[in-house]
Amino acid sequence: MAELDTSGGGHKKGPGVKKAKKQSTRVDLTPMVDLGFLLITFFIFTTTMSEPTAMRLYLPKDTDKPEEQNKAKESGALTLLLGKNNQIFYYEGILSPDGANFKNTNFKEVRDVIITKKKSTKPEDFVVVIKPGPESRFVNTVDILDEMTISEIKRYALVDIAPSELQLLAASQGGGAPAPAN
Amino acid sequence: MPKVKVPRKSTSVDMTAMCDVAFLLLSFFILTTSFKPDEALKVTTPKSVQTKAAEMKDVVLVTMDKEGKIYFSIGDDNRDEKQKTIDIIDQQKKLGLTQAEKNAFLKSGSFVGVPFGQLKQYLGLNPDQVKNLKQAGIPVTDTLNNEMTLWMQAANSAFEGKKMTLLVKGDMDAKYPSFKGVIDAFKKNELLKFQMITDPENVPMGTELFKTNQRRGATQEPEAQ
Repeated sequence: MAELDTSGGGHKKGPGVKKAKKQSTRVDLTPMVDLGFLLITFFIFTTTMSEPTAMRLYLPKDTDKPEEQNKAKESGALTLLLGKNNQIFYYEGILSPDGANFKNTNFKEVRDVIITKKKSTKPEDFVVVIKPGPESRFVNTVDILDEMTISEIKRYALVDIAPSELQLLAASQGGGAPAPAN
Repeated sequence: MPKVKVPRKSTSVDMTAMCDVAFLLLSFFILTTSFKPDEALKVTTPKSVQTKAAEMKDVVLVTMDKEGKIYFSIGDDNRDEKQKTIDIIDQQKKLGLTQAEKNAFLKSGSFVGVPFGQLKQYLGLNPDQVKNLKQAGIPVTDTLNNEMTLWMQAANSAFEGKKMTLLVKGDMDAKYPSFKGVIDAFKKNELLKFQMITDPENVPMGTELFKTNQRRGATQEPEAQ
């Protein structure tokens, strides 16, 4: 790569006069480029491009007065229970005493469940109730709230799990293999 | 037959242009890079499709680690509020903190993850000891003794008249009861709006949000309710 000055001395200047060697002004830039790209790679790997985002959540006010409570129409409600190992249990409307409408799904299929229910219910009646169980992880809660955004559900609530549901959840979730996360 | 003379060309390429590009990119990356501060708490936040960047002004941060332990901290820009918060805690719990111990809380990057009973001792530790200490976390899961409630109350009155940004930074693997404890503490103080820090993720194809974004030209962010 390095270029040698091959343009030898031209005309002679006579005896005793030393010819000044003409030095090339070109510098070999290859090592400099090498260095440059090395540093670029370093900075590409260390840089963090993605800024953290924030998910907003508005909590409902706890109130004991029945007239202040938002009553959801039972037929339009979809209740999602988050179990352990990324499992989701859900039922539409009210939970039947024998647990016949208590169904199981996971984070991959829950979107279809939500969409199906959304399409079959009047928009003003539709509400999703999210009840994370004690074994569910924080990521499950965030994922399910995210599903609300993804499917554009306008009304949803994060509610504490009821003891009867807790029992059912404990009995159903078992210790099975972890369902795939979303 | 005349000989066809192939002129011998030099194999060396002019590197100047490439060098220019390399250093242009280099300066770009140097300027955009921001080194992550050495975090004492390792938290892997979940992903979400939210596009709005997290606010970093007047922050009250509740961190939840892998094991569901809760830590409390206030942004470094809000020294006055930090001072007020620790004063209130000191008064309410009669901890008898000295100014030196309060200063430990005022230091930048400080966070608290111990019950009130251990707070005085914790603030008396030097930075190296703090680093090595395995903190117990602020107790929240016990509904009768949810210490986060007092922390939030103190922070809330310290930030009086200012808009406080309540952030929850939770680890993916934290169990729900810890999070519920934090929510309960918020509710008790009528702090009904808060934000959870997440990592950005693309909107799945074909979903309603995806279609809406396409209609809007994907510029507006989806508003969660």
